[in-house]
Amino acid sequence: MNPPLLQLLGQTETFGGEIGINLAYVASAVLFILGIRMLGSANSARKGNQLSSLGMLVAVAATLVNQGLDYQWIAIGIGVGALIGLVAAKKVKMTSMPEMVALFNGFGGLASLLVAAYGFLNPDSESGGSEQFQALVIFLAVAIGAITFTGSMVAYLKLAGKISGKATLFPLQKFLNALVLLAIVGFGIILVANLPQIGEIEIDPLQAFAWLVGLTLLLGILGVLPIGGGDMPVVIALLNSFSGLAASAAGFVIQNNVLIVAGCLVGASGLILTVIMCKAMNRTLGNVLFGGFGATGSSASGEVEGEMKPVSVEDAYYVLESAASVVFIPGYGMAVAQAQHAVKELGEILEANGCEVAHAIHPVAGRMPGHMNVLLAEADVPYEQLREMDDVNPTIATVDVAVVIGANDVVNPAALEDEGSPIYGMPIINAHEARNVFCLKRGQGKGFSGLVNRLFYRENVRMLYGDAKETITALVAQFKD
Amino acid sequence: MELVQLLFIFTLAAFLGYQLISKIPSQLHTPLMSGSNAISGITIVAAILALQADLAQDDLVRWIGFAALVLASINVVGGYVVTDRMLEMFKKKENKKE
Repeated sequence: MNPPLLQLLGQTETFGGEIGINLAYVASAVLFILGIRMLGSANSARKGNQLSSLGMLVAVAATLVNQGLDYQWIAIGIGVGALIGLVAAKKVKMTSMPEMVALFNGFGGLASLLVAAYGFLNPDSESGGSEQFQALVIFLAVAIGAITFTGSMVAYLKLAGKISGKATLFPLQKFLNALVLLAIVGFGIILVANLPQIGEIEIDPLQAFAWLVGLTLLLGILGVLPIGGGDMPVVIALLNSFSGLAASAAGFVIQNNVLIVAGCLVGASGLILTVIMCKAMNRTLGNVLFGGFGATGSSASGEVEGEMKPVSVEDAYYVLESAASVVFIPGYGMAVAQAQHAVKELGEILEANGCEVAHAIHPVAGRMPGHMNVLLAEADVPYEQLREMDDVNPTIATVDVAVVIGANDVVNPAALEDEGSPIYGMPIINAHEARNVFCLKRGQGKGFSGLVNRLFYRENVRMLYGDAKETITALVAQFKD
Repeated sequence: MELVQLLFIFTLAAFLGYQLISKIPSQLHTPLMSGSNAISGITIVAAILALQADLAQDDLVRWIGFAALVLASINVVGGYVVTDRMLEMFKKKENKKE
């Protein structure tokens, strides 16, 4: 990129520089729209992503045409950011994808927050719009950006296991959150109405702004702390949506169409994912965000009849060896144990043995939407073996063996039969209907949600204790002997 | 630009976004998310505009713009590259199937 040349182009453009830039923005918006559309289908997804990155390139190039930019600093900034982004994107393991997306969401939010802060400190940079409107959009960009930032950081820390992934609850939590929210709205009103003083207290706008930033950052932390790990898919999708909305709000601050459109597209797509995730858990968004689910353990686990019956690898092998159909049901435990490659190998051996193999994936299995699909794709599991819940359930009663790998709530029959259970009504993969079920589990403890899994106590269910990867590798070894 | 005009654009984009992704297969949820995340790095445009040459005397403002630019660039480049990496894995299998 040669900025002076571009500058020249901008000036000699027939329409004049500004119109040329705006036309380029239209082009990049179109590329984003096409790109997102193509991301929605497996065949075109990669091309869609490339189109959308081309759109970004066009937007950046057009922006550089503007007069009076500090190209040196811009080059350094983009260079540093691009390098960090590139290394991170190349190095990250597929199992760590949720953490990565959380981090990137957070960065996007912080960038928008900083742009809003810039707009506040430097109000003459862009003219137009009333002062109130300007203050309002700055308020929104700060609030959404800050919540996205700290919320994503907490989500990241939880996903990476740096802090407890369980819901963190403390007394008066909701009261405190409401208080913080109220204070934020208060400072928002002060800034938008540009109040010189309240009663006797004089107000320094800069100080009020600093308070606003601090409180919104705090709200992001407080908001995500009470949300347990099993609900992370919803949170990540929602934060994804927020990162787009924050960019859109920043677009209002600098009155730039391409920011508004691109940010809004992301906001809408993230929202759709959020809704899909909530539906897959039969819960409302409010319940996910404020329910503190999973912290209290189970209020209504009740008595479970029967006992958990362990099985040895060898016995499991004999059953698998004679099975005509096997369905694997992966969950977060598979990601933790990094068992996806071993699973793929076992699947191949079973197929060679004349067995029909499928992987049934619940929409909220794992820690982010589509998490299991990415892992199994990484391990080279054939695409047609990846089946959705609704696709598998009707025929699962005819399946010889269901192998549950580190999944818990998504196969818990309590969701179907125990009205008192917190997960009652959640659609599950009906693993219990299969003729035989093997559950791979690290230990005898409860799962993430703290709920007793009734599946484990069923007559047709056997437990394979131990590390999922080692267990499956051992099964593979049995087949090879 | 008129406030109404901006809101108009915002509203249309919201509906468009909703329509675009009405039915996504769950296999693609993760790449869709990281790919759209890269698009939200469009803040990079605002960050570039913030780094005005004549504005450099005010240190704080300049550093704010610079930090925004670095973060947005991480978001853009990292987001696109990691999405491509994921989609490549999906692609590989498609070819094998043929």
